[in-house]
Amino acid sequence: MSVGLEHYLVLSAVLFAIGLYGALSKRNTIAILLCIEIMLNAVNIALVAFSRYVAPEMLTGHVFAIFIMAVAAAEAAVGLAIIMAIYRRKGTVDPTDIDSMKR
Amino acid sequence: MALDFAFWLLAIVSVAAALAVVLLRDVFRAALALVLCFIMVAGLYVTLSADFLAAVQILVYVGAISILLILGIMLTRDVQRGSLSNKLRFPALLVALLFIGTTIFAVFNTPWGVSAGAPVEPTTATLAGRLFGENGYILTVEIAAVLLLAAIIGAIVLVREK
Repeated sequence: MSVGLEHYLVLSAVLFAIGLYGALSKRNTIAILLCIEIMLNAVNIALVAFSRYVAPEMLTGHVFAIFIMAVAAAEAAVGLAIIMAIYRRKGTVDPTDIDSMKR
Repeated sequence: MALDFAFWLLAIVSVAAALAVVLLRDVFRAALALVLCFIMVAGLYVTLSADFLAAVQILVYVGAISILLILGIMLTRDVQRGSLSNKLRFPALLVALLFIGTTIFAVFNTPWGVSAGAPVEPTTATLAGRLFGENGYILTVEIAAVLLLAAIIGAIVLVREK
């Protein structure tokens, strides 16, 4: 069986699930950011695979992937800025200690 | 069949690198595994004949985002005892496995209208036409530019010393 659309979609689902597990179970905010980047990459793989196999001459999936990369760059910058601000004020990056909105 | 071999190699190494990101206790090593995962994803774009996206992946993810994340790890290094798991570990594993199961079920039970057309190569000119040409995504490009500007200003405001 030669490699087709399903292979890329399953790979994308596996990478997304690994990132989801990490994002839900980590006790370090920066590790959670790393896992979110894995999830965004998995979505990009699925979009580019759809673009290649379903509509190869349109390239719409490529366009979506480029916008996801732009949003991911913005997300990483703002996320790290928020982590820096919290670290300066509280001296921790553990999300279980950052609970001031729960009280 | 060189493409099939390349796909399996890239897929196995990228999944192993992603697992290393999640399972390694040292956050710095996890970030290095993430860089490997990004490079493998760029290789997957090459196997999908997305040459422009592969170059953008190397430039933006491997070049910029991973350096930003490693900088963040180094600035918060003195408090962390590594990236341990919290007590949601088993529910999270359950959610991830459920996600894989439902997605694979949906993938293999959907009639994808796979087209036999040859992929566009090189993609750069066609992609530029889609982004900036008539009936394209030019408004979205401008919104993305405003979003990036807002993100930069927001990041500066957040980390500025009072």
